[in-house]
Amino acid sequence: MTTTTQSRADAKAAAAHAAYQPVDGRLLDVENLHVHFHTSDGVAKAINGVSFHLDQGESLAILGESGSGKSVTAQAIMGILDVPPAKIPEGHIRYCGQDLLAMPEEQRRKTRGPEISMIFQDALSSLNPVFPVGWQIAEMFREHRGLNKSDALAQAVRLMERVSIPGAKARVKAYPHQFSGGMRQRIMIAMAIALDPAILIADEPTTALDVTVQAQIMSLLQELQQERKMGLILITHDLGVVADVADRIAVMYAGRLIETADVYTGYANPAHPYTKGLLDSLPRLDQKGQTLAAIPGLPPNLLKMPPGCAFHPRCPLARERCREERPELVEVRPGRFAACHYTEEVLHA
Amino acid sequence: MGKYIVRRLLLMIPVVVGATFLIYAMVFAMPGDPLAGRCGERPCNPAFAAKFRADHNLNDPLPIQYAKYLGNLAQGDLGETFQQVKVADELQQRYPITTRLAIIAILFELFIGVLAGVLSGIRRGKFIDNLVLVSTLIVIAIPTFVIGSLAQYAFGLKLGWFPVTVSPQATWFELLLPGMVLGAISLAYVARLTRTNLVENLRADYVRTATAKGLSRARTVGVHTLRNSLIPVVTFVGADFGGLLGGAIITERIFNIRGVGGYIFQSIHSRDGVAVVGAVTVLVIVFLFMNLIVDLLYGVLDPRISHD
Ligand SMILES: Nc1ncnc2c1ncn2[C@@H]1O[C@H](COP(=O)(O)OP(=O)(O)O)[C@@H](O)[C@H]1O
Ligand code: SF4
Ligand SMILES: [Mg+2]
Repeated sequence: MTTTTQSRADAKAAAAHAAYQPVDGRLLDVENLHVHFHTSDGVAKAINGVSFHLDQGESLAILGESGSGKSVTAQAIMGILDVPPAKIPEGHIRYCGQDLLAMPEEQRRKTRGPEISMIFQDALSSLNPVFPVGWQIAEMFREHRGLNKSDALAQAVRLMERVSIPGAKARVKAYPHQFSGGMRQRIMIAMAIALDPAILIADEPTTALDVTVQAQIMSLLQELQQERKMGLILITHDLGVVADVADRIAVMYAGRLIETADVYTGYANPAHPYTKGLLDSLPRLDQKGQTLAAIPGLPPNLLKMPPGCAFHPRCPLARERCREERPELVEVRPGRFAACHYTEEVLHA
Repeated sequence: MGKYIVRRLLLMIPVVVGATFLIYAMVFAMPGDPLAGRCGERPCNPAFAAKFRADHNLNDPLPIQYAKYLGNLAQGDLGETFQQVKVADELQQRYPITTRLAIIAILFELFIGVLAGVLSGIRRGKFIDNLVLVSTLIVIAIPTFVIGSLAQYAFGLKLGWFPVTVSPQATWFELLLPGMVLGAISLAYVARLTRTNLVENLRADYVRTATAKGLSRARTVGVHTLRNSLIPVVTFVGADFGGLLGGAIITERIFNIRGVGGYIFQSIHSRDGVAVVGAVTVLVIVFLFMNLIVDLLYGVLDPRISHD
C-alpha cells in the first residue's frame, strides 16, 4: 500500500470513529430491551426488558441455556434481526450515547463493522462458500474505507497473519471449505476486527470446535481484546469456556437477565438458584467421577410463559410467592444484581 | 481439470456411437419404401430402383449399413439425402438460424427470468411476487403453439411490431419474436428457480454475516445471495441451451423458420434416413459439448465442486 492511500484510509477511519466517542468509558447501554417474534402461533416474547452495559476494554459474558435469548439480544444490538418476524416494541440500545434503534438505517449500517462487529457459532456456514476468504475480509476495507482491490487484499493478508493463519499470503485466495474449523473461525475473527471496532460480539464462537481449538480461539479473542481495548461480549451456554476471559457475567433465563455479577463472585457465590444450577452442572476437576447435577426440566415455552418467576417450575426453592409475583432484578450486594425473592437463601447456602 | 476434460471427451465417443446407432436402427425399421412416390404415380423402372438401392446401401443388412455410415462419418461425411443434397450443406445453412434463435431465447429467459425471480424473491408475498408466480404458472400451463400463434397474431399481425413470418435470411430482428416465444416457458422456470433459491439463500448464515459486515442491502442481495442462488439457474439454462440448439419444431413451423428442427421433422416425414441420422448425430454432439461446458461452468461458479 502506498503511503498516501494508507494515510487517506487512516484519516477516513479516524473521521469515522470520531463520530462516536464513549462517555466516561461507557460504550454500550442496553435499556429495557424487548424483542417479540410475530409467528403464526402467536407472539413469542423472546426478550422481555433486558438492561445491561459494557465499558471500554471490558468483557461481558452472557450466559444461559439455549433458547434463553442470548443470540436474539446480540442480533438486536447488531441490528441484524429479521424484521419481520422480529419487532422491538420497547427499549433503547445506546452506543456512545446514541440510540441505535432511533438512527436512520443508513447511518446505523455504517456502524456495523467499524464500530460494532460480530462473529458467529458456525464459521463454515457464516462465510460465503463461493468467495475466497481474502476477498471476504478485503470487502470490509473496500466497502467501508473505499480501498482499491490490491490495497484491501494486502490488508486482508495482514489480518490473516495477525490471527495466526499459517501461510496467510498463499491462502488468501482459498475458499472457506479449504480450511479447518478453527482456521475458519480465525478468518471470521479477522473479518470482524478488520476495521478496529469498539465492540466485538462473539456468539458461541467455540461451540462448534474441538476442546483444544476452543482454548486457542478464546485466548486469541482475549489477546485481541487487550491489544485493541475492545469491549467484548461473549455469549455462551458453556460457563467453563468464559471463566478466564470474562470480567463480568450476565445470566439470562426466558428472555430476562436474572443475575449480573463480576465473574469471581458470580462463580464463587451465585445469587440466583438458576446460576447455581448452571454452575453445579459444570464438570469439576476436584470432584471427579461425581455425576453432574443438571437442572431438571426444560425452559418455558415463550408463547405460554408461567406467571410469577419464570424459573419456578424448575426451582428447588420455589414456593407460593414465586408462582404469583415476578421478582425484579435488584441490587442484592454492591454491584451485584439478581432477580429472586429468596436470593439471601441462595447467597448463604 | 485438463485430465477431466480429456476423460469427458473420450466418454463422448461411445455415447455418440450408441446414440447414432439407435437412431440408425429406428430409421432402418421405419415402415414404408423410400422409393415410394419417387417416380411420379408409377413404380420406378427396375434399373433405376436397383441403382438407387445400391447407391444408398439399402441392400445391406443393418450392421453393415451402419458400419459403412460410421466410416463416412469418421471422415466428416454426413452423407447425402435421397434427393442428392449433402446433409452437411443443408445443416450448414440451417444451423446458424437455429443458433441465432436459441441465443435470443436464452438471453431472453436468462435476463428477464432472473430479473423477475429476483424481484419476486426480495418482495416475497407482495404484489410483484404474486404477479410473477401467477404469470409464470400461466405461461407454463399454455402449450407453445398457443403462445406462439397468439404472439404472432397480436404482435405481428395486429400491432405490427414484428414481422409475421421469417424470411430465408432469418435476420436477428426477424427472429426476435420467435425467440421470445421459444424462451417463454423456460423463462417461467428460470424465474421460479431464481426466486426459490434466492428466498432460501436469504435465510443463510452467510447473508446474516454480510449484513453484520455493514454491507448495503443491494450488495448483500446482489452480490452475496445472488451469486449462490444463480448456480442452479446457470445449470438449467445451460442444459436448456443445449436442447434449443437441437431446433424447435413448433416455433419454427409457426413462424416459417428454416431451422434444424423443421429439417429433422421433414426428413422423418419423407423417410429420409440419412438426413435424420446426420442431423441427429450433430445434435447429439452439440448437446454433449454443451453439457461439458455446463459442468465446467458449475465448477467455476461453485468452488466446492472439484474436477480434479
Ligand atoms: N426468527 C425467529 N422466529 C421466531 N422465534 C425466534 C426467532 N429467532 C429466535 N426465536 C426465539 O427466541 C428465543 C431465543 O432464541 P435465541 O436468542 O436464539 O436463544 P439462545 O440463547 O440459545 O441464543 C428462542 O425461543 C427462539 O425460539
Ligand atoms: S423467585 Fe422463587 S422460583 Fe424464582 S428463582 Fe427465586 S426462589 Fe426460585
Ligand atoms: Mg444462540
